[in-house]
Amino acid sequence: MPVLTVLTYPDARLKEVAKPVDSCDGALRTLVHDLETTMRASPGGVGIAAPQVGVLLRAVIVDVSIKKNIAHHGRMVLINPEILLWEDMAVGREGCMSVPDYTGNVMRAQRIKVQAYNEFGHATQYECVGYEARAVQHELDHLDGMLFIDRLVSRRHDLFARVKKN
Amino acid sequence: MQKWFMLTLVGNDRPGIVAHVSNALYEGGCHLGEASMMRLGGNFTIMLMVKFAGNSKALYDLLSSVTDSLSLNVHVDQIDAQLHEHRVPDVLISVHGADRAGIVAQVTRALAEAGLDILDLESDVGGSAQAPIYIMQIEGVARAGLPALRAALEAATRDTGIFAQIEPIETLVG
Repeated sequence: MPVLTVLTYPDARLKEVAKPVDSCDGALRTLVHDLETTMRASPGGVGIAAPQVGVLLRAVIVDVSIKKNIAHHGRMVLINPEILLWEDMAVGREGCMSVPDYTGNVMRAQRIKVQAYNEFGHATQYECVGYEARAVQHELDHLDGMLFIDRLVSRRHDLFARVKKN
Repeated sequence: MQKWFMLTLVGNDRPGIVAHVSNALYEGGCHLGEASMMRLGGNFTIMLMVKFAGNSKALYDLLSSVTDSLSLNVHVDQIDAQLHEHRVPDVLISVHGADRAGIVAQVTRALAEAGLDILDLESDVGGSAQAPIYIMQIEGVARAGLPALRAALEAATRDTGIFAQIEPIETLVG
């Protein structure tokens, strides 16, 4: 179970749209296994997407259970995932294994419903909130060639309306 | 050998300051690093890391036509600096209240004593001339943990009319 090399920006493969997985076979389960090994080898890593290791398939893993006192589903393998519902947008801080030494604020839904297949081809559905919902959205973005740096919002929080002169 | 300099530029805001300054630096063979640029009180302010092969005098000379034409005050310091060494903040502190002298001093002294390393501080004066409000946001690292900062912040702002809140920054790494 090798730790795979994580691509870093500006590798062009990170900006490509990944293809759907055709069949949940042994090759896919090997990929999932290697992705998980790679994710767990990265300190603080709570998710990984296949394009991050140069495999342009719609497969991600999310596991935020290392964070204390939050709602989560443990290890989630999401093959060909689709988000069915988004609610309650909020700003939070993100970083990425593919964008070292940089963190920034990103707006994400606080509550989502996602459907996917697991690595054995079983249809699954999750309702995720908060940090876990953020992690799922971050990873799914990788499948469409989107990085969190494509979604940055200002670090300056506008607490009051600016008065426009003239 | 190239060295890092911190370039500070301040002047009345007008269109084109960043474009003119950065072009002069680029044409002079400089490489830019991290920067903070902001309009403060009608002035445009720039703090900019510049990598340059010459000395401070050569950097002043390189910029002189631009800083003269745009009436910018310029200051150059050679600095000991590295890139790729960001610290990740784990706490966000928001403070606001009716503007008066001493808010920043009282709050930041209490936070420093409770173990806060400030990484980023932005403050502004809003409201109106008759009723100004002071607003400050601080991101930092809580060396002694969040509860210590929370207690210090509460003690420093109790009965002052200053509203302060503190919340963790949970950085997601995906």
